[in-house]
Amino acid sequence: LFLVSVICPSQNYPLYIRSVPTENELKFHYTVHTSLDVVDEKISAMGKALVDQRELYLGLLYPTEDYKVYGYVTNSKVKFVMVVDSSNTALRDNEIRSMFRKLHNSYTDIMCNPFYNPGDRIHSRAFDNMVNSMMMQVC
Amino acid sequence: TVKDLPLPRFVVSKNEQESRHTALYSSDADNPASYSGVIPPPPGRIQVKKGSVSLDAVQQRTSTDQQESTSPVVSPQQSPPTSPHAWRKHNRHPSGGNNERPLAGPGPFWAPFSEAQPGSSTSSDPIWSGHSPPPHQENWVSFADTPPTSALLAMHPASVQDQTTVRTVASATTANEIRRQSSSYDDPWKITDEQRQYYVNQFKTIQPDLNGFIPGSAAKEFFTKSKLPILELSHIWELSDFDKDGALTLDEFCAAFHLVVARKNGYDLPEKLPESLMPKLIDLEDSTEVGEQTGEVGYSSSPAEAPPSKSPSMPSLNQTWPELNQSSEQWETFSERSSSSQTLTQFDSNIAPADPDTAIVHPVPIRMTPSKIHMQEMELKRTGSDHANPTSPLLVKPPDLPEENKISSSVKFTAGNTVTDGYSSSDSYASDPEQIGSTVTRQRSHSGTSPDNTAPPPPPPRPHASHSRSSSLDLNRSFSVTPGPQQGGVVAYPPAVPPRPQPSQGAGPHVHRPVDAEGLIAHTSTSPQQIPEQPNFADFSQFEAFAVSGVNKEEEDEIETHSEVLQVEKPSDSASSLRVAKADGRVEDKAPANVPTSAGKGTTPLAPPPKPIRRRLKSEDELRPEAEEHTQKTGVIAAVLASQPSIPRSVGKDKKAIQASIRRNKETNTVLARLNSELQQQLKDVLEERISLEVQLEQLRPFSHL
Repeated sequence: LFLVSVICPSQNYPLYIRSVPTENELKFHYTVHTSLDVVDEKISAMGKALVDQRELYLGLLYPTEDYKVYGYVTNSKVKFVMVVDSSNTALRDNEIRSMFRKLHNSYTDIMCNPFYNPGDRIHSRAFDNMVNSMMMQVC
Repeated sequence: TVKDLPLPRFVVSKNEQESRHTALYSSDADNPASYSGVIPPPPGRIQVKKGSVSLDAVQQRTSTDQQESTSPVVSPQQSPPTSPHAWRKHNRHPSGGNNERPLAGPGPFWAPFSEAQPGSSTSSDPIWSGHSPPPHQENWVSFADTPPTSALLAMHPASVQDQTTVRTVASATTANEIRRQSSSYDDPWKITDEQRQYYVNQFKTIQPDLNGFIPGSAAKEFFTKSKLPILELSHIWELSDFDKDGALTLDEFCAAFHLVVARKNGYDLPEKLPESLMPKLIDLEDSTEVGEQTGEVGYSSSPAEAPPSKSPSMPSLNQTWPELNQSSEQWETFSERSSSSQTLTQFDSNIAPADPDTAIVHPVPIRMTPSKIHMQEMELKRTGSDHANPTSPLLVKPPDLPEENKISSSVKFTAGNTVTDGYSSSDSYASDPEQIGSTVTRQRSHSGTSPDNTAPPPPPPRPHASHSRSSSLDLNRSFSVTPGPQQGGVVAYPPAVPPRPQPSQGAGPHVHRPVDAEGLIAHTSTSPQQIPEQPNFADFSQFEAFAVSGVNKEEEDEIETHSEVLQVEKPSDSASSLRVAKADGRVEDKAPANVPTSAGKGTTPLAPPPKPIRRRLKSEDELRPEAEEHTQKTGVIAAVLASQPSIPRSVGKDKKAIQASIRRNKETNTVLARLNSELQQQLKDVLEERISLEVQLEQLRPFSHL
């Protein structure tokens, strides 16, 4: 299981959400949504350093379920949320961080596109390709 | 003769189409009138697009043109009668003093065609017809393969002049056509000189400095005029803004414009920027453009050139492009590579290299070095290990794993292969005990790695984060590092564990090969020695030995049918060489008696600590029925895994090793999982056989009662 989502800064709706496999997707959408509360908590707690990558561990949200939720927030309050299976022990923290970095880079590339209006859903093929490669790497 | 004439027609018809589009854009063009019909058609498009070529203006010609467009190069003979039209156009051009003359080369060339639309007079037809065929033919022949830039250049000035230059123009046209056509063969996305000139002129309207950038907002307005959907414009931007800086250089702008034109004409956008559109050079001067254009076109093929050649914002390009290249070819499996523009048949050659093959093979992420380091480490460990056998089956043959990116793949593939082999070979056997043993052994082999993973992540963040796949090797290394006693303990399975009756079985010389289905299993305790060597049976042999022994004891009757298999498997156990074989992927000889100790050692490198645990679990498993054994194996594996953590911790000094081992464990884990599933299948098969046998037995029974 692997799910990636990009959350709009202001209204907290997903600009991009994609998961593999695709069954039970709604459940994980819900998970992402609920994890936003935790993200906000951490943001307010952090104060200054907003770009820090935070981790949301399983214990926080669904102690009984076997997946972990990771979060990442940019300076502009754009949130990236990633949900991975706990059984996927191959993913280390560093890898998660590098994946978030890649997501962030791709997101900035999208922002550079003058035809992209912030707040639009993300339809960029380059972004899709990057996420595809990440999913291949994970699964 | 006349056949050659059609070539120019493509240009004409295309131009007319383009002119419509340019009209949209060139609101503030230098010379609106001139540009109205000026957009040079993308080369080769005409050939592909038949339907869309037709434009109102050139109805007459379009029909014929389209015919030719479909097969421009193939049959010059098509519609010879139309040729006069083309020539007519040329004629008109020199004769008509349209304001387009002053335009740059391409301008005049195209302009006459648009003029012709309203209704070309045939006044000069005779002249043209007289002149055209011979020169045309000549040119066509001579320029067949090489874009005659010089001819093109000649064309421009000639076009401005009067009819006397018709011939030149014709030849130039031909040359242009030919070049376009030849280019169409190799690169439909190439920008012709005329097109490029037009684009440059448009660029100048927004940004006078050709070395400067067009800001994103200005570009957005400009391209929005093309009335393409925003989504497509967004994609075009993504493709053309190579350095992702939110601004367009001249090259980027030309590429974007070219893509817009293509899209307007109905061509689908490629997934990746075609090479010919890659920003390589910055066009400096209009006058030199043609020459440069040619040059650019000439070496558009090598993306590598792009980074050095493009001055502005190349750093980003340098970083991204090589990375993209590498990543795409080596690492990423289905990234943009997959052939993008299927709709444009000619694109295939141009699109960035597809790497379907690599996709299959390289699950490993981008980092090269770490895995190499791991491999080296593993090798070191291996040498350092005190096991008779190479520490890890995977490690055993580092040379066999030429590239780190293949490590995981090789492991996995070998595992897969062994599995398949196992299935095929074990079909006849289908012995549960064997399967169990194999799975157990497999688990054991993987447990070496997996336990690390399952254990609370003891090692600090690995320096090589990306080795999720190369873990197996690392594991071996880490395990090899573990003190001998551990391994000794593992090795000592046969002797140490009472429940394991067969010392010969115990060993596990087998390499912990995850999959070796065939060899995996079983050796009946009854005749371990008899079991023929099972090549693919790696570490599982140990497990198998145990499982077999246990199973055999308990379920000998069931095993009867499988005993053969077991026996076969047995021999494989012994082979310490199996460990080595495991590295190779498969074949491990199980020499039951031979290598009990050595085998144990051999297997231990992979997972010294877990083995004892596994064995215990195995003993439990043995007691259970076949069906349960499989599940138990997983349980065993889990238990082993749980026990594993302690091992890496003890070793933990070498973080790298641990991380590598963790990675390896993960890999092993996946391999084991795969093995498990395969074994489960085998188990099912065996159960079915059993059921059928039982049914037969019952059928026979009534007779006995009677």
